[in-house]
Amino acid sequence: MSKAQPQTLNDTADSQVVLQLDKLNKIFNAETPLQNHVLHDISLQVRRGELVALVGTSGSGKSTLLNLMGLLDTASSGELRIQGHLTQGMTEQQRTQLRSESIGFVFQFHHLISAFSVLDNVLMPLMLRYGKPSAEQQQYAEYLLNQVGLASFIHQPTNRISGGQQQRVAIARSLVTRPSLVLADEPTGNLDTQAADEVFSLFERFNVEHQCAIVIVTHDPRLSERCPRTIRLTDGHIVYDGASVDLPSLY
Amino acid sequence: MSFVSSVGRWRDSLWIEWRIALRFLADNPLQTLLISVAISVGAAVIVFITALMTGLQDNVINRTLGTQAHIRIEATRQHNNFSATADGKYIWALESPRAQRLQTINNWQEVRDVLDQHPALNIVSPLISGPAFAQKGNARASVALMGIDPERYAGIIELEEYLQEGRFSVGASDVLIGRKLAEDLGLRTGDKLRLDAGDNRQTVMDVAGVFELGVRELDSRYVYTDLKQAQTLLNLPGGVTILELKIDDVFSAEYWAQRITQLTGLHVQSWMESNGQLLNALRSQTMTTQMIRVFVALSVAFGIASVLAVSVVQRTREIGILRAMGSTQQQILRVFLLQGGLLGLAGSLLGVMVGYTLVQVFNNIEGRLFLIRLEPSMLLSAIAIATAAGVVAAMVPARRAAKYDPAVAIRYV
Repeated sequence: MSKAQPQTLNDTADSQVVLQLDKLNKIFNAETPLQNHVLHDISLQVRRGELVALVGTSGSGKSTLLNLMGLLDTASSGELRIQGHLTQGMTEQQRTQLRSESIGFVFQFHHLISAFSVLDNVLMPLMLRYGKPSAEQQQYAEYLLNQVGLASFIHQPTNRISGGQQQRVAIARSLVTRPSLVLADEPTGNLDTQAADEVFSLFERFNVEHQCAIVIVTHDPRLSERCPRTIRLTDGHIVYDGASVDLPSLY
Repeated sequence: MSFVSSVGRWRDSLWIEWRIALRFLADNPLQTLLISVAISVGAAVIVFITALMTGLQDNVINRTLGTQAHIRIEATRQHNNFSATADGKYIWALESPRAQRLQTINNWQEVRDVLDQHPALNIVSPLISGPAFAQKGNARASVALMGIDPERYAGIIELEEYLQEGRFSVGASDVLIGRKLAEDLGLRTGDKLRLDAGDNRQTVMDVAGVFELGVRELDSRYVYTDLKQAQTLLNLPGGVTILELKIDDVFSAEYWAQRITQLTGLHVQSWMESNGQLLNALRSQTMTTQMIRVFVALSVAFGIASVLAVSVVQRTREIGILRAMGSTQQQILRVFLLQGGLLGLAGSLLGVMVGYTLVQVFNNIEGRLFLIRLEPSMLLSAIAIATAAGVVAAMVPARRAAKYDPAVAIRYV
């Protein structure tokens, strides 16, 4: 079980590496007639403060890769380290803890919990971990909502605000635990161009201000070009990993 | 660590679970209302039927035991004795059963004094009872002559309360007779009555009063006089044939009867033994009630379970989000267990109020046969059981919710 224990940051040579994938494979329905090899030997590193676009056509494995990075799913083989912690062999509880400590999520359809107010949604990751939020935590959540321009909506139910506003709430929520890694799955996918630009600008700003690594899955070439680094997946293989400006256009 | 502080800590540690559970319930008010009403109907039925049956049984028992002792002690019954045989030899005997003549309980005063000292035995009342003829003019009736110690006997049957005319007086030449006997022999208070106990033991008594116990057999046969008079008539000077007892917990009568048998070696019979049929009826009634309660409780529990099962499906995506936000499987489990418990609690609170109202309505119906009493402990236990049933019913859906794969759940539309 020694592998199951979260290891110290010193395990990795470089403490700036937030996310490290080594020959990661994902096979759905393994050893059945429906077997589907979705990801092939994915190896990559994401360092602190990086803003990475993950692009590829539908079915190329982007979301599956993101779920693996976010510990929402487990790989069939290979190694995945988050801040140096080897995640293979961890119990569900250890994975949950690491997820709540280190990772923030933003989903395509914002995925807020409609039974709660805007502020409560932002505080949710903290409340799940620590129970009743402290005054300081509450202030920080309000600060983040102020940063995304929703200061006047904090007590509104989430179904009373627009799609763009909801997505901004989701961004504030992903940052409330001060994660070292934010994973965003097509966060602008269902927004109009202007709202998409605003949301993306927030990612850029928080990337600089909070120095957290951000991996964004997007279909929008305008947005992926604004990320310094792009990773392209095709049929579960990394076909490009480098500066966005050098990416041969496929759109 | 005090109980209050540990409850407080428990509540703090479940703060977010409480919050989510309450919000989920409030978020779907119609569903919550409908299932709460269903639970409350079930709880009301359970409360009412339990109260009704308890009331009915109390009433039947009170009526039955109002005119009889809980335990009767009689002299050991007489039986044939056989002479001893050599080892290994047996006698085949053709035996005629012995006639049971009237006989006194040996040392009954001592037995009475010993039993008097036991706190669980409330009343020990000596009685001499034997057959006689009552005669007025040419009319005759067979009666049971009952010689009593009036003060002690009041603890067994409160004769004075059943008295319809005349005064409560036994002894010297006074007797009390039942209403039916008075009618049969055409007797009124103050009339003379001849009693004949056989073997030329006769006496003429004054009817001091007429009682009506409400049991035909007793009202046509019982003739009360004092111990001394009866002892003389029945030719048992100084003797009594029966010691009657009352105890606090009527259903422990059998237990006490056995203990007293062991203590005294006398022939002891509890009301439970002599009213086997009644007890059987009560038991089967209790069992029927119990079954109704169990089935109602089951249907309530399945109602909660099915509502939560639907809710778990409806909230699949939100469960996925919560898991992605860092909630543990246990937290999700507790959210749904709490919802089950809260539904049980809310529904049963409402149901207990409805049940209470039903009982009040029943008690105010004109011409009701008996009064239903509602014990607060019964209401509290109904609430506690419903809440616990809610938690148990939530177990299956809650486990299902906790086991959701967050990556799949989050994409659920």
